[in-house]
Amino acid sequence: MKHLKIPDDLSKYKKSLEAKHRPDTTRIFICTTGCRALGAEEVCKAFKDEITKQSLAGKIEMVETGCQGLCTRAPVLTIEPLGIFYGRATETDVPEIISRTIQKGEVIDRLCYSEAGKRIPYVRDIPFYSKQKKIVLKNCGSIDPRNINEYILRDGYAAFAKVLTSMTQEKVIDEIKNSGLRGRGGAGYPTGIKWEAVRKVQGDIKYMVCNGDEGDPGAFMDRAVLEGDPHAVIEGMLIGAYAIGSQKGFIYVRAEYPIAVEHLKIAIEQAKSLGLLGNNILGSNFSFDLDIKMGAGAFVCGEETALIASIEGKRGMPRPRPPYPATSGIWGKPTNINNVETFANVPVIFLKGSEWYKAIGTESSKGTKIFALAGNVKNTGLVEVPMGTTLREIVFDIGGGIPGRKKFKAAQMGGPSGGCVPAQHLDLPIDYETVKEVGAIMGSGGLIVMDDSTSMVEIARYFMEFCQDESCGKCVPCRIGTKRMLDILTRITKGEGTKEDIGLLKELAEVTKTASLCGLGQTAANPVLSTIRYCLNEYEELIDKKGSQSSTQQTPVTQP
Amino acid sequence: MHKAVTIKKEGVPAVDLTKCRAILAKHTGATSADLIPILQQMQDAYGYLPQNTLEEITASMRIPLSKIYGVITFYSQFSLEPRGKHTIKVCTGTACHIKGAPDIKKKITEVLHIHEGETTKDYKFTYEPVACLGTCFLAPVMMINERYYGKLTTEKTEHILKSY
Repeated sequence: MKHLKIPDDLSKYKKSLEAKHRPDTTRIFICTTGCRALGAEEVCKAFKDEITKQSLAGKIEMVETGCQGLCTRAPVLTIEPLGIFYGRATETDVPEIISRTIQKGEVIDRLCYSEAGKRIPYVRDIPFYSKQKKIVLKNCGSIDPRNINEYILRDGYAAFAKVLTSMTQEKVIDEIKNSGLRGRGGAGYPTGIKWEAVRKVQGDIKYMVCNGDEGDPGAFMDRAVLEGDPHAVIEGMLIGAYAIGSQKGFIYVRAEYPIAVEHLKIAIEQAKSLGLLGNNILGSNFSFDLDIKMGAGAFVCGEETALIASIEGKRGMPRPRPPYPATSGIWGKPTNINNVETFANVPVIFLKGSEWYKAIGTESSKGTKIFALAGNVKNTGLVEVPMGTTLREIVFDIGGGIPGRKKFKAAQMGGPSGGCVPAQHLDLPIDYETVKEVGAIMGSGGLIVMDDSTSMVEIARYFMEFCQDESCGKCVPCRIGTKRMLDILTRITKGEGTKEDIGLLKELAEVTKTASLCGLGQTAANPVLSTIRYCLNEYEELIDKKGSQSSTQQTPVTQP
Repeated sequence: MHKAVTIKKEGVPAVDLTKCRAILAKHTGATSADLIPILQQMQDAYGYLPQNTLEEITASMRIPLSKIYGVITFYSQFSLEPRGKHTIKVCTGTACHIKGAPDIKKKITEVLHIHEGETTKDYKFTYEPVACLGTCFLAPVMMINERYYGKLTTEKTEHILKSY
């Protein structure tokens, strides 16, 4: 691989890649990350064998991509330039796809996406795709994440080169501040202000950390971004590191995400050999080195001070703030921590400008948000929409509604720190503030749809069990508060609850919320409070009946 | 996160330390920040963290054994007991939960006669608890080693387990 020595080399390199591009080649994009579980690798191999057998190399090219979004149809593939989308393909479909679709341009009905009995063969016509706005996910599912050249062909690293050659640290931070970008990890803290704080702290060593410890049950957007477009995260980190004056970065990834780790390793290696990571990048004075740190299975490590302890090789327990990581982070040095999706937003802000970016979204929340749509909804998968999109649009227009004859009951947003948004708020434009007002949080973007057969008390119990299990035990309110709340919730779901239990739950929730050391404990009671707020009748029914209601555990497995 | 720790001094066969020393040799000059990666590599090499490898780490890294135990017992990934050849993780995330994960878990216990956190007597399977595998669109889902199995039914689960 060529070593890029000056910024101009990047654009020259891109031109040389473009010259090799053959527009007459049919390219089959197949997701081999999430779809791997349902046989994508076997389908991909069958295509490759068939291409060799029929000597079609050069005419047909296989591109193994990250998540294409419509996971419910896994394994999924897109054929370009035809623009045809197929799902649930198996090895035996491969010869027919080549002979009929690629060579004759015919559509194979049984592989098409269908809605309300109508087959929709073209990507552009599928509502799931046409109603989304892909900024962060623009490459995800349409490039090979293990090949840096494909990222560069999509203007990859051009934003970083622009920053490096024409912008001061202050200007970079001003641009981010002006864009209105807020942290996508959950709390929504303005990214520009965070960067500015770290930049202003004196110190020769500063750390840039990417938080990829996505642990919320029901969230998988960070996994998809890391697997499908790892270079976007690296480029975002480079820009941030330049702005705050950091030379060393870490990406902290969950051990449960082996494909993400694999793709990141490849991406870092390739960026290093091209000269986009390392010393004196593109001939400048700026040097940046990046390492992967693998988590070891502790949810609380998503909290920033716990994450820092884990990187230092300790038990991942949080500590009180201040001091904030901006002044005292890893080994006491100034440290900036942002979420995966936040970093992936950064390059496009510099490519298209902060004015362009801030035109998307609502007054307080700019840009788009990726949601992991799952649960009782037809089109489970990964969805990117502008901030301010309503829940109804996400669940019904994009998600295709609720399967079977069931009704929408609530959407659980923000995982164990979040809450339930009931049907009465379906038309609420979603942004950081509105979601908070109705008692949930944006969180990392997990969105679990629940139909009317789901018991909300059982869901509250489930999340409390999760929090109690993941509580690190350092502070008493969280350690004991979650345990006592779980005891009460279990009692109620078993039909052994008493009238006093609801008041007791509220009281415990309040104490745990106010007195816990970190976000885990402070938000652990949210699912309880939100279900009491909207579904008090379900609690009362269980208590009055003194008998077990049909809980989720007794619900038969429903297949989409 | 709360693991019962038994430190068996006697009766536990000491393992061959060749692999352990090779890992430590790769990390000369390691600091406490390298402890977790070293433990991860150790567990990859031995399948669990045998007592005598930890004593080697203590001596080589000059980190007290108590601190090392502190780290091991904090993270659910680490095991002080020998583990099965295959690791099963059943996702218990929200989406899987509402799509029938509890039934899948029951089925595994029924077929293998073990509960979460346990290993079969023949050391073929270890059944590990996991919060969420981040593949909610495949719900209910389980992972055996590094392979995902999605859209499970109880029948499918039994069939998969028997294929190992």
